[in-house]
Amino acid sequence: MSQTFIIDGKTVPFEEGQTIIQAATKAGVFIPHLCYHPDFKPHGSCKLCTVKVNGRQTASCTMRAMAGMVVESDTEEINAERRALTQMLFVEGNHFCPSCEQSGNCQLQATAYHLGMMSPHYDHFFPNRPVDASHPEVLLDFNRCILCSLCVRASRDVDGKNVFALSGRGITTHLIVNAKSGQLADTNFTLDDKAAHVCPVGVILRKRKGFAVPIGERTYDKQPISGTVDAVTEGH
Amino acid sequence: MNAPTKKLKVATTSLAGCFGCHMSFLDIDERLFTLLDYIEFDRSPLTDIKHCSPDCDIGIIEGGLCNAENVHVLREFRKNCKVLIAIGACAINGGLPAQRNHLPLTTILEEVYHTSPGLANGMIPNDPELPLPLDKVHPIHEVVKIDYFIPGCPPSGDAIWKVLTDLLAGREPELGHGLMHYD
Ligand code: SF4
Ligand code: SF4
Ligand code: FES
Repeated sequence: MSQTFIIDGKTVPFEEGQTIIQAATKAGVFIPHLCYHPDFKPHGSCKLCTVKVNGRQTASCTMRAMAGMVVESDTEEINAERRALTQMLFVEGNHFCPSCEQSGNCQLQATAYHLGMMSPHYDHFFPNRPVDASHPEVLLDFNRCILCSLCVRASRDVDGKNVFALSGRGITTHLIVNAKSGQLADTNFTLDDKAAHVCPVGVILRKRKGFAVPIGERTYDKQPISGTVDAVTEGH
Repeated sequence: MNAPTKKLKVATTSLAGCFGCHMSFLDIDERLFTLLDYIEFDRSPLTDIKHCSPDCDIGIIEGGLCNAENVHVLREFRKNCKVLIAIGACAINGGLPAQRNHLPLTTILEEVYHTSPGLANGMIPNDPELPLPLDKVHPIHEVVKIDYFIPGCPPSGDAIWKVLTDLLAGREPELGHGLMHYD
């Protein structure tokens, strides 16, 4: 018999070594997340997946499930903190959704909808982040990078290329391209790379494919992100 | 909802916006007649009244702040309206006009009036009647307190209707899936 823990009053089974978010996802319980992706080692940086375990806050994408633990996730208190984190991500970058190719397919935007984010609340940074259009097939629009490191992990761990890296510390952390020139065109990055397809927001974009699906008919236009928990493909 | 004895005064304006949100407001179509049982318009492009009465109940602001006059109008609204609603992407995060924010203002004015191709004897307008542009475009919540927000570019007529009817009924406005959009 497998062991269980409780999340928001629901009993969830888990296997040894599974994290809280893995077990919850498999049981069809949605926990908001941005830097977690089932195919990669957790990074634990965005903190959107924060839950309370036995009364203490922790990231559910890094915390292993343990028998009998009591987890709170979908509460007003935790969702308010998740909303504040999401608002900070919006004001730190330049997120102009109406002109973003990712709008409607974007996990940051869909998470903000899920959390009922009616405004960014904080003052905007309006940072200056030039785009990298050097590559023939792919555009990099750093204005929308949320530093989730999924492209870093995909390029390093799956593609074996190490095209991307996070550089700097704290508020100056930013995404760089590992080439002497700093330009994507001077790497061996291609559209077939896993890293070309993992960005949860609108940074790594395929050229000449813009707006193939009209706004209003995209993934999260059709269903909220909480409805996309797929126990078969996401639960491990 | 029963028709109230005293109608709420609603003022609206478009600052650095495109009037798309006002057009979307009109998209509530015949529901406007229902709405007019509960509200009357004060200062608004719809009435052409130039200044807010001091006892406005709701101010609806489209567009962000790109020049000094925008700030002036916004402050007039805050002073005279009990509740302020930011409507649309530009009011909420600066929107399209704010996409100039990473460029120095002088560079933009130079390019628009002096150096872009096809300009002859261009000159940066300096008529004292013209409001001075701000260094950066700002969302309105960065300057005055905003009570409610209706996101969207523009928000749909249904989203606007939902927020207004929630407010008129004394409920906290809420946009569920399908009405909540930033695009
Ligand atoms: S990346 Fe997402 S949140 Fe940012 S502008 Fe694009 S759609 Fe909006
Ligand atoms: S480019 Fe995308 S995948 Fe890479 S760190 Fe930024 S947000 Fe994450
Ligand atoms: S999803 Fe767990 S910290 Fe980002």
